Amino acid sequence: MSSFLRNLSPSSQVGLLFVVVFGLLIVAGIAALIMSLRDSGEDEIRTQDIKEFSSLLNTSWIMCTVFWVGWALGETVATLLFALVAFFALREFITLSPTRRGDHRSLVLAFFVVLPVQFWLVMTERFDLVTVFIPVYVFLAIPVVSALANDPQRFLERNAKLQWGIMVCVYGISHVPALLLLDFPGYSGKNAFLVFFLVFVVQTGMLVQHLAARKWPRPPTAPQVSQSFHWSSWLIGLAVGGVVGGLMSGLTPFKPAQAVAMALIACVAGSLGHLVMKALKRDRGITNWGSEGRSVTGASGLLDRVDALCFAAPVFFHSVRWYFGL
Amino acid sequence: MLAKIMSLFLLGLIRALTGAQARWQGCPPKAEQRIYFANHQSHADLVLIWAALPSELRSITRPIAAKDYWTKTPFKQWLTTAVFNAIYVDRAKTGDQDPLEPLIDALESGDSIILFPEGTRGNQEEPQAFKSGLYNLAQKFPQVVLVPAWINNVQRVMPKGEVVPVPILCSVTFGAPLALQEGEDRAAFLARAREAVLALRES
Repeated sequence: MSSFLRNLSPSSQVGLLFVVVFGLLIVAGIAALIMSLRDSGEDEIRTQDIKEFSSLLNTSWIMCTVFWVGWALGETVATLLFALVAFFALREFITLSPTRRGDHRSLVLAFFVVLPVQFWLVMTERFDLVTVFIPVYVFLAIPVVSALANDPQRFLERNAKLQWGIMVCVYGISHVPALLLLDFPGYSGKNAFLVFFLVFVVQTGMLVQHLAARKWPRPPTAPQVSQSFHWSSWLIGLAVGGVVGGLMSGLTPFKPAQAVAMALIACVAGSLGHLVMKALKRDRGITNWGSEGRSVTGASGLLDRVDALCFAAPVFFHSVRWYFGL
Repeated sequence: MLAKIMSLFLLGLIRALTGAQARWQGCPPKAEQRIYFANHQSHADLVLIWAALPSELRSITRPIAAKDYWTKTPFKQWLTTAVFNAIYVDRAKTGDQDPLEPLIDALESGDSIILFPEGTRGNQEEPQAFKSGLYNLAQKFPQVVLVPAWINNVQRVMPKGEVVPVPILCSVTFGAPLALQEGEDRAAFLARAREAVLALRES
């Protein structure tokens, strides 16, 4: 079995991966359909759960299709697709963070200069600049533009909001296509596995953490921010994520121990990033980026789906680059 | 042909920037003769409400444009005539001509219209007092359905004096239709209409 897989060309290996993923999605879809058919509508919580599961499934379909189209059409198209995802995520973020008139120019800068430049840097593989362009240059340029707008009211707060939006939505998401372009010796054509590894371990860790918190309810660590976050369930999620990462090491250029370490790094960044995004949402007085959407903004809750990835991708990317000296 | 392409381009642009989501809360989108009246905070209001309407209604609903501004250049005139099918209204009163005349013509020929009863763009949070045009039209055309609408967030997309729009999600909420009650005087009706628009803000 494993020698058969090894003898396949890289592109058929990746193709096979997509067949497996889409197969799993179809199975999950059928399960959801059966569940909703058998649901009598008496138990409201159950009906709600099924609805949530279906919407999660829908976004998974969309995300997987984005990955697949990106992979099939090459890295340039993939980068452009992620630029689009970043654009919509930033739009969602800014909509829910009140801005003033004086922020207008800074917002124009963020959307129409910073975002395209960052993804262009990724596309042209200038990775040194990719990692510092936003945290160094943009973070100094944005307050300058804001200051020139001549509006000192809540200046620090407004700038912090915008910088966070750029950091999470543009910087974080741009590191996903950057992973696709990273040059591992002897690993060309298989970088899609690296992205798959990252997404899969982070999502597994989060899912296990969520299930563990449900199974063994404990008083939450930070109840004002999250009703479900607790260190023990977090550790369980982390452990499972690490083990899954180790098992997947065959897909990656890492040795098993390295794969476990990389998975742990990604899981820590992802799950804690999710917690930070929860705090941001509480600050705005909403439970998720999408629920407000149904009532006011029309946002689809894209940020809810990608927030863990936004934090995990840059950290993962940097650790890989640094450790392997790429 | 060119107008069709332009309108598709504008629709795409507006959807990418704002989402242009329509929320039909008080009434369904329906092909009956209507006057939509909404708060007015930005030039983009008109375009947003136009984009939020379903395409079948878009073709029978005509926005109102200020004649002096929108006929200044051939491009502006073409945009408002061919793409938006706008009704021109004279802001400067000339002689004894009724400024509502073109609106009355349009309503008589069976079109729906989009009206901003504040007259000018406000920059306050709350809309200014409504002008009496809405009352006069309601009196003249009792069969036309009056639909209040609240346009949310547009002033953030393009504040007065800026040229580059910023992507921010916007929505248009349509409320329950309003009717002029028997013996209701001008001021009371206009206040009630304004309340109806404001009430949609929180919903």
